[in-house]
Amino acid sequence: MLEVKNLFCERDERVLFENFSFQINSAEVVQVIGQNGSGKTTLLRILCGLSDAYTGEIYWQGKDLDEVRDQYYQAMLYVGHLAGVKGSLTAEENLYWMMQLDKSLNKCTIADALKQVGLYGFEDVPCHSLSAGQQRRVGLARLYLSSAPLWILDEPFTALDKKGVKEKEALIANHIQGGGSVILTTHHDLMIPGETIRPINLDEEAVA
Amino acid sequence: MKFFLAALKRDLLLVFRHRNDIINPLAFFLMVAVLFPLGVSPNPVFLAEVAPGVIWVAALLACLLSVDGIFRTDYDDGSLEQMLVSSESLLLLVLAKVLSHWLISGFCLAIISPLVAMMFFLPEQGYTALILSLLLGTPTLSLMGAIGAGLTVGLRKGGVLISLLVLPLYIPVLIFGAGTVHAGAMGLPIQGYLALLGAILVLSLMLAPFAIAAALKISVRS
Amino acid sequence: MKIKMPRWFYQLASPRWFYEFTGALLPWFSAAAILLLVIGTVWGLVFAPADYQQGNSFRIIYIHVPSSILAQSCYMMMAVAGAVGLVWKMKIAHVVAGACAPIGASIAIMSLATGAIWGKPTWGAWWVWDARLTAMLVLLFLYIGVIALNSAFENKASADKATAILSLVGLVNIPIIKYSVEWWNTLHQPATFTVTEKPAMPPEMWVPLLVMALGFYCFFAVVLMSRARTEVLEREKRSDWVKRVIQSY
Repeated sequence: MLEVKNLFCERDERVLFENFSFQINSAEVVQVIGQNGSGKTTLLRILCGLSDAYTGEIYWQGKDLDEVRDQYYQAMLYVGHLAGVKGSLTAEENLYWMMQLDKSLNKCTIADALKQVGLYGFEDVPCHSLSAGQQRRVGLARLYLSSAPLWILDEPFTALDKKGVKEKEALIANHIQGGGSVILTTHHDLMIPGETIRPINLDEEAVA
Repeated sequence: MKFFLAALKRDLLLVFRHRNDIINPLAFFLMVAVLFPLGVSPNPVFLAEVAPGVIWVAALLACLLSVDGIFRTDYDDGSLEQMLVSSESLLLLVLAKVLSHWLISGFCLAIISPLVAMMFFLPEQGYTALILSLLLGTPTLSLMGAIGAGLTVGLRKGGVLISLLVLPLYIPVLIFGAGTVHAGAMGLPIQGYLALLGAILVLSLMLAPFAIAAALKISVRS
Repeated sequence: MKIKMPRWFYQLASPRWFYEFTGALLPWFSAAAILLLVIGTVWGLVFAPADYQQGNSFRIIYIHVPSSILAQSCYMMMAVAGAVGLVWKMKIAHVVAGACAPIGASIAIMSLATGAIWGKPTWGAWWVWDARLTAMLVLLFLYIGVIALNSAFENKASADKATAILSLVGLVNIPIIKYSVEWWNTLHQPATFTVTEKPAMPPEMWVPLLVMALGFYCFFAVVLMSRARTEVLEREKRSDWVKRVIQSY
């Protein structure tokens, strides 16, 4: 699906990766691992087109990413550190806006998605009066809504309780079984039922 | 178009939830205007003479003050990232945000401007010119200001910096805007002035969205 | 937005090539700048005839006018270099654009200062809200904005692109600003006589002016290249060729 060739990236005069190539195939979970500051978030942002501090080539379905950007964004879901949730809007209003931005959020209704993340009954509450974990879940409700084949998730389990993490792992497994793929970073010990996780270790890519 | 309306609706909803955001620029506008009689002279002849300039300077500063926050919360909470990884048009989104900013700043300022005009003893025949010039001029201020806001949204010291970037660009609008009111107050025709303000607005409407979108991409990707 | 350009264009984009090429040009431009400036100064200050109205005080024209012209060209150059940097992702163009800003600001200050010094004997005041002086002041503000924005970013690549956008926006606005300021000036101060618009300037006066203007351009080229070369060394300090250059000193 997504292919990266000869990626080179440096930050503050430190090379994060050099001659770095990998690909993400369909029905695959890829976990980016590495120490703090090894460039996990930077890598995911590069894949999303949210950073251009790199040289190298990225291909989506065999085509240069710059040429198929619109198609790529329709087929990609990005959940970053920041949830993108507005405190003064309710969960429902937030998700409604996200669906306007991203047409691939069409798998189920907002009510269903909120029920899945355990926020049923909270849909009319402004998000600033929800807890950090609940706010995170509003952002993650997108995973239930999304029919995009590629998910790019940066620390998706932050502030979630154990049950929440389990549910998300099951959701990812479901996504993979449907032929989708996921690239993510997490500090949790990831357990995707029935799937092997392919690691990409950034510490090995770093050049001293 | 549907997306544009959805974006506009979201922004207006956000404003509606923070009603202070509407009041603040207006209160600022009134206060700045009041400083002049207090600082210089309450003499009606003097005030009527400086009214066009003072009202326009106060309106310009009020726009500048509020435009700084146009992308700030979206940047801070990650909404802006999501907007950039969307396949929807960033230009439309930017236009919607600028329009919603104008509705709460320039448009409201134009509506309350007769109040300040009255306090400044502006001849009544100048009121139409004042309102029309503000309606035509302030959208340009919002557009230009949004370029500055887009460029500085990722920086910690946004506030002062944006004034340095944007104020020089505001000068033509100030000159023609205040000129319109001067002419109107003297009973001279104002169509020519309004045409100039309109021309500047059309030009910035065509070019500024590209600059704003590019600025936002740079700020998010840095 | 990819437009094919001739080979030298891409060569110029290589920092090393740029460094060597400008290194070869630098002595020639320095010599030309010194020669033209010395000839122009002596000619203008000593041999050119005095003005029939203003006497000798008009001679500051030989610094004021070239610096005014140069301050404007410099902004244009900065914006064009920034645009080239944005379109072709060329770092050297951004380096050149970045080097333009402080030079342009200094020259704008020089233009304003000489304008003020000229204004004192002519108008009897250091500052008069003359259209040209006011437009130059706004140009200085535009430069200040560009410099402030450029130094606000920690990341060089973002600073480059952001300033390029800002200087392009400024470039589009400069004609509008000039027009609006001129219009404002006629509205508020009808019939001030503008000293710089003397239609019938005799050749003995304008030839040295031309020499000075050329000298200013050469001087600008020298300063611009020197600044850009220093910046190139700074940015490429980890590459082998820069290490060799530094060792050779």
